[in-house]
Amino acid sequence: MTFLNYLLSGISLGSIYAIIALGYTMVYGIAKMLNFAHGDVIMVGAYICFFAVSRFALPPLVGVLAAMAVCTVLGILVERLAYKPLRAAPSLAVLITAIGVSYFLQNGAQLLWTPNPKVFSSVVGTGRLALFGGQLTVSYVTITTIVSCIVIMVALTLFTGNTKMGKAMRACSEDKGAAQLMGINVNSTISVTFAIGSGLAAIAGVLLCSAYPNLVPTTGSMPGIKAFTAAVFGGIGSIPGAFLGGLLLGVIEIFAKAYISTQLSDAVVFAVLIVVLLVKPTGLLGKQIREKV
Amino acid sequence: MKHTTMKKMIALALATIMLVALCACGGGSSEPEAGASAEAFKLGGTGPLTGGAAIYGNAAKNGAQIAVDEINAMGGIQFELKYEDDAHDAEKAVNAYNALKDWGMQLSLGSVTSAPANATSAEGFADRIFSLTPSASAPTVIEGKDNMFQMCFLDYPTQGGASAQYISDMQLGEKIGIIWKNDEDYSTGLRNSFVDKAEELGLTIVAESTFTEDNNDFSVQLTEMQNAGADLVFLPMYYQPASLIFAQANAMGYAPKWFGVDGMDGILTMEGFDPTLAEGVMLLTPFNADSTDEATQAFVAKYQELYNEIPNQFAADAYDCIYAYKQALEAAGATPDMSAEELNDLMIQQFTSMTFDGLTGTGMTWDATGAVSKSAHGMVIQDGAYVGLD
Repeated sequence: MTFLNYLLSGISLGSIYAIIALGYTMVYGIAKMLNFAHGDVIMVGAYICFFAVSRFALPPLVGVLAAMAVCTVLGILVERLAYKPLRAAPSLAVLITAIGVSYFLQNGAQLLWTPNPKVFSSVVGTGRLALFGGQLTVSYVTITTIVSCIVIMVALTLFTGNTKMGKAMRACSEDKGAAQLMGINVNSTISVTFAIGSGLAAIAGVLLCSAYPNLVPTTGSMPGIKAFTAAVFGGIGSIPGAFLGGLLLGVIEIFAKAYISTQLSDAVVFAVLIVVLLVKPTGLLGKQIREKV
Repeated sequence: MKHTTMKKMIALALATIMLVALCACGGGSSEPEAGASAEAFKLGGTGPLTGGAAIYGNAAKNGAQIAVDEINAMGGIQFELKYEDDAHDAEKAVNAYNALKDWGMQLSLGSVTSAPANATSAEGFADRIFSLTPSASAPTVIEGKDNMFQMCFLDYPTQGGASAQYISDMQLGEKIGIIWKNDEDYSTGLRNSFVDKAEELGLTIVAESTFTEDNNDFSVQLTEMQNAGADLVFLPMYYQPASLIFAQANAMGYAPKWFGVDGMDGILTMEGFDPTLAEGVMLLTPFNADSTDEATQAFVAKYQELYNEIPNQFAADAYDCIYAYKQALEAAGATPDMSAEELNDLMIQQFTSMTFDGLTGTGMTWDATGAVSKSAHGMVIQDGAYVGLD
């Protein structure tokens, strides 16, 4: 039973990584850039929801929608101001800019909302579902997170596969130059990608803080890095890969804590990542892309 | 073409960074410029004013500023206070310390947190600048340095032991569990002294579990405690992880007695915190913002008016530091034109012989090692407020 409890804890943690990883992987898959500010957009989303619910006493759903709206606008703004001017620059410049944006958001949040920790009240309640006469429990947050992950996964897959904008996105991801020649507006396509990615970040932020209710300006950074690892683990750019990578990372982390050492858990997680990348360099579900020379 | 655009971008980025840096500095330094007056003692300190530990640095800075303003308004001894940001980082702390030294710091408030304080205390010892840290409680801060003193309640080897003694005296728990943060001096030191004392007193420790920075999930640690049947869990840590532990234990339906440390102070003022989660949490602490003591109430009221929050222990310790300096400087007949080295010798003499009454205790004395002796009170959280246990 203890084993199953640990497994469930791992899945809870993993589902949070998974939902953050979805945003990472979606932006990477289409814009081919690592948006290291993703974790901080998550933090902004959580703050917006916190203020809507705790300060203005709005219903949680309105809080989530407000967070999504603000994050979407923020995502578009960041893309316009920080990334778009660097479209032709080497990818390293964009990467460093993303790190800069991340620090900018963290310090901005600290100025605006002070570094004092706030306690986020869960948008889905703190209840738990008891199984086997209460020996195993799963929190509602975990269930909501997993359901949200699956819904988002299916929606993203359908969107990129079937809609006109989705097809434009896939075209941009394969070859920006050729896409432009075909009459696709590459700039606005990438902006839409960021808008969707940031909207997802808001949902991830709300769920992250519902599960672990401590809200500070650095809330998003460590989960962001872990989720990035999860996305690489599952194969960055692959939407189901992010889900699988996130869940596995969470389970490995909890098992490493429980059966190896609470101190070494992160080391174990990253060691597993190294092994996976050595054996399968594109991640678990990543596509093998042949580089043309 | 591409090249020039890149250059422009970099120039723009650099300009933005400089602008942000300027704004950041502008916000933090309301103190007069260097060398503005020879009538005031120049007091300097470093603390995390930004970053994850900023809550502690800002509290200390604010508390100290209130005391400085009060004392300057009285006439008599005048202070000039300058705090530099160390972002809870030892390397940055040394840079901040050097900046203060260039400014002409005569007396130091050391650093707010332990890791930076270890670095700056070594510098201050070598430079012969006397230091009284409000809150850096690691024994290594003062060890072997004759001019490094602490204001914080019981350097933690004593606090951990005192907690074990208290639990044993009051027979609070049969089976004790400990969750501690083993990448932090503060938590590790408390845990070690607690365990040493507990063994001496014959208390049974049934489970121990650790966590590290940025850990949010305590399910494994709490399951270990629950499986071992711990009926009292000792939490030597700051309140932020503790608040997560309470929430997750509550969700698991695990309800042992909780025993905290002085770092737990602040949990009730966290915005959005459900105080029922901390119901029955016990801790030893020297400062209680709800105290009916007149001086404490006046300080709390002023702090709330200026900074819009309830002061925590860091603020109170820093406030006491300034008044302790005032008392020592007056007793020694020191004047602001003295050099840091002269003041250093006077202060060592004064602090080892004086008795000081402040917000965080009465009848405080310091021994030659620089450790303060003051008593702690057992407190329990009831209906969202601290209530004395004794």
